[in-house]
Amino acid sequence: MFDLTGMTALVTGATGGIGAAIARALAGQGARLALSGTSADKLAALAAELGGNHVTLPCNLADAGQVESLVPDAIAALGKLDILVNNAGITRDNLVMRMKDEEWHAVHQVNLEAAFRLARAASRPMMKARFGRIISITSVVGVTGNPGQANYAAAKAGLIGMSKALAQELASRGITVNCVAPGFIASPMTAALADAQTTALLARIPAGRLGDGDEVAAALVWLASREAGYVTGQTIHVNGGMAMP
Amino acid sequence: MSDVADRVKKIVVEHLGVEADKVTEDASFIDDLGADSLDTVELVMAFEEEFGVEIPDDAAEKILTVKDAIGFIAANAKG
Repeated sequence: MFDLTGMTALVTGATGGIGAAIARALAGQGARLALSGTSADKLAALAAELGGNHVTLPCNLADAGQVESLVPDAIAALGKLDILVNNAGITRDNLVMRMKDEEWHAVHQVNLEAAFRLARAASRPMMKARFGRIISITSVVGVTGNPGQANYAAAKAGLIGMSKALAQELASRGITVNCVAPGFIASPMTAALADAQTTALLARIPAGRLGDGDEVAAALVWLASREAGYVTGQTIHVNGGMAMP
Repeated sequence: MSDVADRVKKIVVEHLGVEADKVTEDASFIDDLGADSLDTVELVMAFEEEFGVEIPDDAAEKILTVKDAIGFIAANAKG
């Protein structure tokens, strides 16, 4: 089940906590990857760790020109593109009252606009191939909101809406478009939280612990697989029960 | 020209799964041949591939009938 042998995938934000877990899981199921991120060194280290013949494509998703060439570059390197994983994300947290336009815009540019541009670029070759998987990593806060994250929550909610629209556009061509919505996942970002914050956070999670990147990746592998071909426009929540939308 | 017309019609027949005799030069992809908006995008992609021509979005939007397609390709295709 969920064998991805012979399939190719482009993963953005591949060196982040969740991104690296996704890359390991996809590669573990046999997919060949184009790993994208901002740090060429980290990408090279990840590729070396994974072994096999994966490729690295450094890209700044805040630069529209670089985003436009990412899918063509991935196809040139891999020969085709079966799976697009929009994983890259940034935060610029602030209360709305204090949030600057740039903080709003920067988050939208990377978290939503880049995902749109990559999905647009991937749609055409996937349509020709009559197969494709476009999977975006959204967030529980895109559904529940979170104080201090109006920009992030809006962009993540935007990914869900965009995916639902695109899912309807492409369903007849064998392309599915879905989201995975992680809750709080153990990562350098959550490790930086103070103990009191962590305690308060855990009180909101019925599972009583933070999630693991591998648990997010497992849901994504399923959505990427041929077996999930009838699942589209969905958001799979991986959050230990902290929200049940 | 007639070669272009034949190739265009062949692509339309294959992509839309319609009878060849319905694909007249005046036939509208959407109104007469049952294409949806995604089909028209695919047709344009198929024309681009067959004729090695780039059809920009603003031109693609004006290709509504078989005749429109033949006209654009005849005027712009290299070979």
